Amino acid sequence: MPIRPILDAETAARNMAEIEPKYSPQEAVVEANRCLFCFDAPCIKACPTGIDIPAFIKKITTNNLTGSARTILESNILGGSCARVCPTSVLCEGACVMLDRDQQPIKIGRLQRYATDHVFENDLQVLHAPEQKSGKRVALIGGGPASMGCAAELAQLGHEAVIFEKKPQAGGLNTYGIAYYKLTPEMSLDEVELIKQLGVEFRTGVEVGKDISVSELEKEFDAVFVGVGLGHTYRLGIPGEDLPEVQEALAFIEEFHINPLHEVAVGKRVAVIGCGNTAIDAVTQAKRLGAEQAVIIYRRGPTDMPAYVYEYDLAKRDGAEFIFHAVPVEVLEEDGHVSGLKLARSSVGADGKLTVDESDTFEMPFDMVIKALGQEKMTDMLNQLMPDLELNKNGTVKTDTNGQTNIPHVFAGGDGANGGAEVVNAVGEGKKAARGIHRLFTQEDVEGPIQWTRMGVVGDKPLGSGLNNPVRVAEDAKAFV
Amino acid sequence: MADLSINLAGIKSPNPFWVASAPPANTAYQCHRAFEAGWGGVVWKTIGEPIVNVSSRYSSIDINGTRMVGLNNIELITDRSPETNFREIKECKERWPDHAVIASLMTDTRENWHDYMKRSADCGADGVELNFGCPHGMCERGMGSAVGQNPDVIETIVGWVMEVAEIPVIVKLTPNITSINHSARAASRAGANAISLINTINSITQVDLDRMCPEPYVAGQSTHGGYCGPAVKPIALNMVQECAADPDVNIPISGIGGISNWKDAAEFIALGSTSVQVCTAIMHYGFRIVEDMTEGLNDYLDSAGMASVNDLVGRAVQSVQRWENLDLSYKRIAAIDYDKCIGCNLCYIACEDGAHQAIALVDPDEKGVDLGPGRLPGKPVPEIKEKECVGCNLCALVCPVDQCITMVDVETGKERMSWSDYQDKLASGEMDPIPAHP
Ligand SMILES: Cc1cc2nc3c(=O)[nH]c(=O)nc-3n(C[C@H](O)[C@H](O)[C@H](O)COP(=O)(O)OP(=O)(O)OC[C@H]3O[C@@H](n4cnc5c(N)ncnc54)[C@H](O)[C@@H]3O)c2cc1C
Ligand SMILES: Cc1cc2nc3c(=O)[nH]c(=O)nc-3n(C[C@H](O)[C@H](O)[C@H](O)COP(=O)(O)O)c2cc1C
Ligand code: SF4
Ligand code: SF4
Ligand code: SF4
Repeated sequence: MPIRPILDAETAARNMAEIEPKYSPQEAVVEANRCLFCFDAPCIKACPTGIDIPAFIKKITTNNLTGSARTILESNILGGSCARVCPTSVLCEGACVMLDRDQQPIKIGRLQRYATDHVFENDLQVLHAPEQKSGKRVALIGGGPASMGCAAELAQLGHEAVIFEKKPQAGGLNTYGIAYYKLTPEMSLDEVELIKQLGVEFRTGVEVGKDISVSELEKEFDAVFVGVGLGHTYRLGIPGEDLPEVQEALAFIEEFHINPLHEVAVGKRVAVIGCGNTAIDAVTQAKRLGAEQAVIIYRRGPTDMPAYVYEYDLAKRDGAEFIFHAVPVEVLEEDGHVSGLKLARSSVGADGKLTVDESDTFEMPFDMVIKALGQEKMTDMLNQLMPDLELNKNGTVKTDTNGQTNIPHVFAGGDGANGGAEVVNAVGEGKKAARGIHRLFTQEDVEGPIQWTRMGVVGDKPLGSGLNNPVRVAEDAKAFV
Repeated sequence: MADLSINLAGIKSPNPFWVASAPPANTAYQCHRAFEAGWGGVVWKTIGEPIVNVSSRYSSIDINGTRMVGLNNIELITDRSPETNFREIKECKERWPDHAVIASLMTDTRENWHDYMKRSADCGADGVELNFGCPHGMCERGMGSAVGQNPDVIETIVGWVMEVAEIPVIVKLTPNITSINHSARAASRAGANAISLINTINSITQVDLDRMCPEPYVAGQSTHGGYCGPAVKPIALNMVQECAADPDVNIPISGIGGISNWKDAAEFIALGSTSVQVCTAIMHYGFRIVEDMTEGLNDYLDSAGMASVNDLVGRAVQSVQRWENLDLSYKRIAAIDYDKCIGCNLCYIACEDGAHQAIALVDPDEKGVDLGPGRLPGKPVPEIKEKECVGCNLCALVCPVDQCITMVDVETGKERMSWSDYQDKLASGEMDPIPAHP
């Protein structure tokens, strides 16, 4: 049976509304006052963009919301979306000192949202690019969080930044891929506007390698940033995979980011293959869009799954089901449509090795199958765009700690360089690359907003070195988490 | 971007935020850190003959888990030599020429005051502050608040100082007096260029009931300490306004006492301070708090359409009047927003037992109020008895929900009439006495 939209507009909108509502002013002030305003605060170090968290929270307690938002956006131009999509429990909130007192960590994400909403709701411009321009121009390939983080920083350092994005809208996965109940495409596009206000130019609908070549870019620009993200979902490689109701998770999610929620076709019985965060997003949203049954199928056990615990909890609360230790071996067909899955039992040995018992199979009825096996690297595209660009073994772009590649005027960051992490990592890496580019242009280091003495000093060596480079703070954080 | 720079009696500073004379202003090292963080000025820890301090020195009160709502201390003036202090002031001025560095002084004889004044000018200080306020230890030796509590002595000593003053002189006043106006006028009469207030308030914060001795504990004994921090802000604001409104004072004011953020600072400025000084909040959180202060004040001035801090100075002074001038015809009453009410009925019991019995408890069905958390079937809801409500504000102060009880103006149709007007009207027979409340 072909699949079709299930819910009416109102129900779909209600189901997909943001999960965590905005704080009221009083809630925000009470929560902000719980923060101890730690000195060399661990939460700052755990943030990949090094936001001065105690400072922005303190400003909420004095109702200095504009200043609060400025503190956030100065360090993280996508502070608004990060407030909604960051896995805070493993980043800033996971480092909060409150946990050591067996108390709830400060709700940094929600406070961050409260402060940044103030700026968007009141159309305030809190960041400014300098009047004086350096005359240097940078082309950024891809219009996702990595390029946006890089471009915003470049603009604030006085350089010209032009983003090339093949899709009709900028924002990357923030606009097309993040779970709808965390971040709406509208919010993402508001952030694109914020970056435009800094003077960054977006050329959307332009695919580098097709509509314009890298050598053309190199003629026009002084440096290039590669923020291309990742590619398609890996294939299952089993019979029936090309039936119309077998979709990639990202394609399914993108559908309702570009079409009204109630016009997106979804199965009544949906299988999602894989158990990472993307799989959770897919199964949860399928359920919220009206699927009667939505089942995650994972070849390993619950303790092996790569998804965050809180994402797993959310999916369970939404009524998703989980089948562990099963591998699809065939998509079953009826009249040219998906009718179910044939699954083989698998097991994980003590050494972590997976064995599939092809003789022990069972069938389950489904009318839609969503693949969420992880995204391929952009190896082929990168090889074709820049044959000299050095890649890691896994196909990501090889960079040093400043985001510089083996080609001195080419920098990279985001999923395409780190292999797939979070929005905040992409922004942080983009920002770091911008500072690397600035150093390439001017031989000068960039001073960040945080006084270095704020980051604690042991002997003569500043721990975080916030003054020179808040992004480096995040590297110390890795040892920390 | 509003202009935050100020000029207090000739002392220029890039913003109105000064570190008060206290431990944060002890050394050049701290001064550098303060300026790096964004402070506009530093009033050096009071310089005098170096003293010897006791251990321990501070105590505080916590309210509902919030630390250091009020702080007290029994520390004296600097324990470093005048030579060290003046040398370090010189260093600071050389490195921060555009920031304000002010020498706080405390000594005894006319010769000593002259000597300290000369050395302050020689080291390049932008001004001096005479510490007539320290309420513990120093006053037992005839200095500090012992001076500040006697207007005649203030006048004499300020007179000595002004004989040789080459740089602006600020007199720092003690709040441990009956009327601040007398000390402020004395300073002004003697030619002081500005006043600063308040210094700390005599206090005992807590008694250790096992040792039967207050904190800070010093070998089985304690002493009266100086109280400061957020808890003293209302007292300080009151005194600042009294000085600002007094035509016989009429010199600029540096406001001090419980300032922790931009809003506190803006309130001090609106009530007549040109600069503000901060001690406890720095002792709690460090110099970094100034970021919120400058930014918050800036944004506030911008949003209020004021181009500079000077536009704010004294704006609210005239709104504070003698009670007898307040309008007896004005009326406001409480109004409950039932969409916000959570049904705790604290407003009811506050008014019933603690105020004017103007809230009734009524049936939610009759009132047409929906149920919700805290509001169960049959559980009564509060209703303001509009006739009885005297508009005291208590229920609105007690209500735990923001904007749930608001005070709304009521049109009384009566002409403005103050107590003074009323007395006149009674005397002229124009009206009968207002009947007493039943
Ligand atoms: C389903 C899903 C859910 C996620 N949920 C979260 C979450 O809740 N929280 C979180 O923090 N992170 C989440 N992530 C991860 C996050 O989205 C990424 O880490 C982040 O978007 C990476 O940013 P990027 O700029 O590197 O790449 P992308 O966002 O992928 O942006 C790359 C852009 O480059 C463009 N592009 C590629 N090639 C070219 C070319 N040749 N010419 C022009 N343009 C090109 C692409 O169209 C794309 O817009 C999620 C990811 C997925 C897939
Ligand atoms: C520990 C301590 C020491 C102080 N020492 C001095 C001093 O030496 N000279 C002085 O004029 N005031 C001194 N003060 C008073 C402060 O300068 C200030 O007037 C007072 O603390 C009120 O401001 P606050 O509420 O911001 O702390 C001291 C205060 C404290 C807490
Ligand atoms: S660690 Fe927690 S309490 Fe400390 S500053 Fe960060 S959020 Fe506040
Ligand atoms: S703050 Fe603590 S460590 Fe520092 S001097 Fe006082 S008692 Fe000692
Ligand atoms: S105090 Fe406020 S919340 Fe509580 S019952 Fe009264 S109006 Fe309602």
